[in-house]
Amino acid sequence: MTGYDLVVVGGGPAGVAGALSAAQAGLRVALVDAGPRLGGQYFRHRAGSLPSGRGADRFVRQCRALRTRAELLLDHKVWAVEQGEDSVTVHVMAGQEERPFTLACRSLLIATGAHDRPLPFPGWDLPGVLTAGGAQALLKGEGVPAGRRVVVSGTGPFLLPVAAGLAKAGVSVAGVFEANGPLGLARHPLLAAGKAGEALGYGAALAGHRVPYRTRHAVVAAHGSSRVTHVTVARLDAEWRVLSSRTVECDAVAVGYGFVPQIDLAVQLGCATTHSADGSPVVDVDEGQRTSVASVYAAGEPTGVGGAELAELEGRTAGLTIAHDLASGEGGDPVPGVLRRRGERLRAFARALQEAYPVQPGWQDWLHDDTLVCRCEEVPVSRIREAMDLGATDARSIKLLARPGMGWCQGRICGYAVSCLAGERPQAPRRPIAQPITLGCLERIEDEQPH
Amino acid sequence: MSFEITVDGRPVPVVQGQSVGAALHAAGITSWRSTRREGRPRGLFCGIGVCFDCLVTVNGRESQRACLVPASPGDEVTTS
Ligand SMILES: Cc1cc2nc3c(=O)[nH]c(=O)nc-3n(C[C@H](O)[C@H](O)[C@H](O)COP(=O)(O)OP(=O)(O)OC[C@H]3O[C@@H](n4cnc5c(N)ncnc54)[C@H](O)[C@@H]3O)c2cc1C
Ligand code: FES
Repeated sequence: MTGYDLVVVGGGPAGVAGALSAAQAGLRVALVDAGPRLGGQYFRHRAGSLPSGRGADRFVRQCRALRTRAELLLDHKVWAVEQGEDSVTVHVMAGQEERPFTLACRSLLIATGAHDRPLPFPGWDLPGVLTAGGAQALLKGEGVPAGRRVVVSGTGPFLLPVAAGLAKAGVSVAGVFEANGPLGLARHPLLAAGKAGEALGYGAALAGHRVPYRTRHAVVAAHGSSRVTHVTVARLDAEWRVLSSRTVECDAVAVGYGFVPQIDLAVQLGCATTHSADGSPVVDVDEGQRTSVASVYAAGEPTGVGGAELAELEGRTAGLTIAHDLASGEGGDPVPGVLRRRGERLRAFARALQEAYPVQPGWQDWLHDDTLVCRCEEVPVSRIREAMDLGATDARSIKLLARPGMGWCQGRICGYAVSCLAGERPQAPRRPIAQPITLGCLERIEDEQPH
Repeated sequence: MSFEITVDGRPVPVVQGQSVGAALHAAGITSWRSTRREGRPRGLFCGIGVCFDCLVTVNGRESQRACLVPASPGDEVTTS
């Protein structure tokens, strides 16, 4: 059969480690990423520069080694995957002109990372309000700070590097407002997990720039006409109901309540999913990163949000398993014990973080009737509540009645909030197309291999 | 290295390698389209191609995600 032993989708820490360990085992590997450079989210960097941060030197070495051992298809978007008799077909669009073609492979590694998980609040669609990851990507990948005076809000340890990065770039960070954590920075879970260096580094960066860090606080509304000019910051109770509030001036907001693993491709192939501690649907994998579907593997955030270090480790594990499975048929455990034990530790830590920073239901009280939940189809919360009054009891029937999640983003941004409003856990997304594809592109679809 | 693109005919500087969306945001242009129903202004939100808030027309090609499209010298960006 033609094609590759392995196609990896995603060039972040998980995908690069997976592709490299498989290539080093002698497999014929192609790695596909939508972006122009390897790095994914954590190692995102500007054109003409190198990634920075913990582990960056190793990542750069891995990328160099990978370039000589595997085919790198950057600026290539995967929009669908299909399982055939003895191979997986990967549908790709190449470059800005979106030239369609397909790749055939004996195994597939899904390392597509995650995207931000925002919660709606009045004014969250005002220009200048960005997701926390969006603000980070803009700074790391483009060298552009989100604003001159930025408020950082939401929940989770990710708010710390976002605020520290902005402060170091000379931005005035008006405050970090963490909705959870009555413990404050001094007893941050990062410290308990032996990641003191990381936590203290961020803490020192914030203190050095006199950035206030407030727990049990959050941005509950953004104001302005064509751009955000100020926000309402509220003190919250344990369920995130507003106790008191004040106004903070700013020209940008970076807000995030965790991440949503991108599992569209795995769902297309029928891989079994489960829920992680933060309520997200994730791909169910075994110790070797095998999904429930033969020849299909997943690593990094799609198997549960755990950060760059765990992503890399899962990628390596997947690469080793894939080489083993192709050589000797499926089954068995080729993963060295040290890797497995480190993985278990990191996963336990990821779970502890998710449990320390849950989303509490009180955010639903922040919404006004006309607050948009779905930004694409402009569906206010009142229409969602009407749909529920009409008998819609789950996110799927709400979607049919009120149309949230039917627009361009296919519910990626509002899906979590709609599920919360419906009182259910988010279900695995069914998206037959993982990236928008034009009709013209569909017409041009041809079967060929890249050269 | 840097160069210029135009936004509705107005020049905007770009640092080599930047996306159209990043260049606009850096120039203080934070919105470049209005929503269909309520005409609300929209610009960057997720920054990584997921939300589709940042759609823009570049050299006549409609509905491009500004946060993903790399800017090239002389690009003509039209807002709506
Ligand atoms: C916007 C954003 C910014 C973040 N910034 C940081 C940070 O600064 N520090 C930090 O500690 N953590 C950050 N994170 C958390 C991040 O999830 C992890 O740190 C880490 O990057 C996860 O590694 P990964 O390999 O699993 O996925 P990622 O690093 O996300 O890599 C996934 C890759 O898959 C590609 N991809 C996805 N779908 C497709 C497709 N259909 N076709 C082709 N390519 C595809 C993406 O382009 C991406 O490069 C960020 C998350 C987000 C969403
Ligand atoms: S900012 Fe979200 S798609 Fe461009």
